[in-house]
Amino acid sequence: MKTSDNEVSAQANAREARVKADRPAEAKTSDNEVSAQANAREARVKADRPAEAKETPTFLLDGEEISFTPGQTIIQAATAHGVYIPHLCWHPEFKAHGSCKMCTVKVNGRFGSSCTMAAQAGMTVENRTTELDDKRRTLLQMYFVEGNHFCPSCEKSGNCSLQATAYELKMVSPHFDMFYPDRAVDASHPDILLDFNRCIMCSLCVTASREVDGKNVFSMGGRGLLGRRIHISSESGKLADTDFAATDRAASICPVGVILPKRKGFAIPIGERKYDKLPINRQVTEVTP
Amino acid sequence: MTFALETATSPEKLRRVAIDPVSRVEGHGKVTILLDDNHKVHQVRLHIVEFRGFEKFIQGRPYWEVPVMVQRLCGICPVSHHLAASKALDMMLGIKQLTPTAEKIRRLMHAGQILQSHALHFFHLSSPDLLFGFGSDMATRNIVGVVAAHPEVAKKGVLLRKYGQEVIRMTAGKRVHGTGSIPGGVNKSLSAEERALLLKDAYQMVAWSREAVGIIRGLFEQNLAQYNAFGRFRSAGMCLVGADGAMDLYHGGLRARDADGKTLFDHFDYSRYWDVIGEDVKPWSYMKFPFFKSLGTEDGSYRVGPLSRVTMCDHIPTPLADKAREDFLAFDGGSATGATLGYHWARMIEMLHAAETIKDLLHDDDITGGDLIATGTRQERGVGVIEAPRGTLIHHYRVDEHDQVIRANLIVSTTHNNQAMNTAVREVAMQYLDGVEITEGLLNHIEIAIRAFDPCLSCATHALGQMPLELAIVGADGTVIDEATRDHRGLIRDVS
Repeated sequence: MKTSDNEVSAQANAREARVKADRPAEAKTSDNEVSAQANAREARVKADRPAEAKETPTFLLDGEEISFTPGQTIIQAATAHGVYIPHLCWHPEFKAHGSCKMCTVKVNGRFGSSCTMAAQAGMTVENRTTELDDKRRTLLQMYFVEGNHFCPSCEKSGNCSLQATAYELKMVSPHFDMFYPDRAVDASHPDILLDFNRCIMCSLCVTASREVDGKNVFSMGGRGLLGRRIHISSESGKLADTDFAATDRAASICPVGVILPKRKGFAIPIGERKYDKLPINRQVTEVTP
Repeated sequence: MTFALETATSPEKLRRVAIDPVSRVEGHGKVTILLDDNHKVHQVRLHIVEFRGFEKFIQGRPYWEVPVMVQRLCGICPVSHHLAASKALDMMLGIKQLTPTAEKIRRLMHAGQILQSHALHFFHLSSPDLLFGFGSDMATRNIVGVVAAHPEVAKKGVLLRKYGQEVIRMTAGKRVHGTGSIPGGVNKSLSAEERALLLKDAYQMVAWSREAVGIIRGLFEQNLAQYNAFGRFRSAGMCLVGADGAMDLYHGGLRARDADGKTLFDHFDYSRYWDVIGEDVKPWSYMKFPFFKSLGTEDGSYRVGPLSRVTMCDHIPTPLADKAREDFLAFDGGSATGATLGYHWARMIEMLHAAETIKDLLHDDDITGGDLIATGTRQERGVGVIEAPRGTLIHHYRVDEHDQVIRANLIVSTTHNNQAMNTAVREVAMQYLDGVEITEGLLNHIEIAIRAFDPCLSCATHALGQMPLELAIVGADGTVIDEATRDHRGLIRDVS
């Protein structure tokens, strides 16, 4: 049995080594490609408008002129100017995931994800229009009914991006029938509680654990609305059997109430929590969470 | 074991009158009365028909979430559940003594709760019955009628409640369902501004609470025979008392006396409450029937709440309330201490005690301190008991090594009073309904008996002072003979 465990462990290590070895090269290539494409676009833009070549490029966001550095996405440029575009899965420290669709804007009349779409000079972007906020609210309602989000007893309340976004978009009811999915609580780790009832599949923990902590504790797996979930990379599937630590970046990245430090819940009084002080649209330039 | 009028011998031959629901929200309940063709009462039951399930769905949750989650049991006295759960988890964490700031902030929060809940119950819910008469015109028998006829009384009631809610907001973070109490202590103390703001009105609240005691005393004096006899029955009682036998609504040992006033247990360590209290189950109610084990399921039923606390404590540790207690015990040879409507008087004495406690705590510098959390050596389980506005409240949890709750048992105040309320309702049914045609005014007598206990199932009436009712008279063969409803405005409609 022991041998078997060791074998499995050795295989896992080998796999891990391969992944680590492959990753930087992949990432580099990918980044280079994106960068090259952006540069090419930038060059074309400059060629088309030689008179503006030396000026900082700008685009219009809800009528406001936003300057940007070539290569920036729309949400990066907007954030740098303190303009809030609602979002859940995007985090300024990490490459965009583009999955939550909350940051959808209209670029020259067409829908696009502002976290993945590069800013381009002269584009006209709609952000906080009634049409877009209505769609975002509907998306939010779907997030709320797909999971088990019970703000009244949730310790993340007041510090939660999902809740703060719901307040920002004036969501007053879930509208759809609740799914009440059967999701696990993993309390095995001595310092961290995982409550997957509140997961919105933003994958920030996956990215942070892989890219910052170098641990690959989390991964996204399964299929379908109710099948897809975050997996723990240990044989038992329990967090206690990983090398996850409370000091990991992934331990403090969760925008909702899934990854929580144990025995700290409700220690911050109402009135002093993050979004008690300022609504989410006025905390744009602060790193979240 | 069954009580007189609990189960009729031949129910199939009787008419069934159902008051269902007794209220709209918290504590959905109904009353059923079985009558024969001569309107003679054969069976009366107060059923609690809702099923909440908190004890089950708290299982698996992290323990620090419990005080915030379980307070959602109630929208009227959530602070009681918030504090009882916190106390149980203090014990689980092995904490024997909170920091002075934490203990006093919790006591302040609790006094705010007692003040607002008692004010709400007396002025909004019960004063229409008491000021206008039990069978008075239902069009004015509500808080709006009180505002019109007694505007000063109504205004003081509203402002007393508002003040209690402000105390809760400043200690718990919100007026309803705050987060101030956490396992091991509290998450905030009072700022200098908050303290000054509350102090400004503290003496006024004491004065108005004294007046309220005067109002209910006056009502007893005016209607002595009726008030003393209404739904009266002999009963054992239970409450917490402090180490010196004083009234202590936040912490103490359990004291119990039988119907003759003989002590059954005193200063009993509530962490082993199951040694003295058992819980009986009846097939017709979701609510258990607690009893003193030493007396058995029938003789061992008891009542909790203001009447038990005020009559069983040795003294009240605030001077005005203690004087009011002495007056209450001495009134008419002590007759009011055994009356079901004596609950109202005792409740106002406690409101005065709460107002005095708030005033005293606001003068204590510890309430602005910064040492909020204590630590201890972890245990497997914890029991927390508090005297909620409606009576003794017991929370009991077991927590595993992963910090998850694996077992929860809650015995709430209204549950302790289950048998007592049933008995009171039966007494009133025999006094007023037996052998006569049922009218709205007579139905209200049943509700007045229930309201005296201020059970959670009267929550809906806190807004308008009228319980919405559906009444169906069903013949012995099962056919509906007559149906009537009373809506939230108190209007009766014949729907047959």
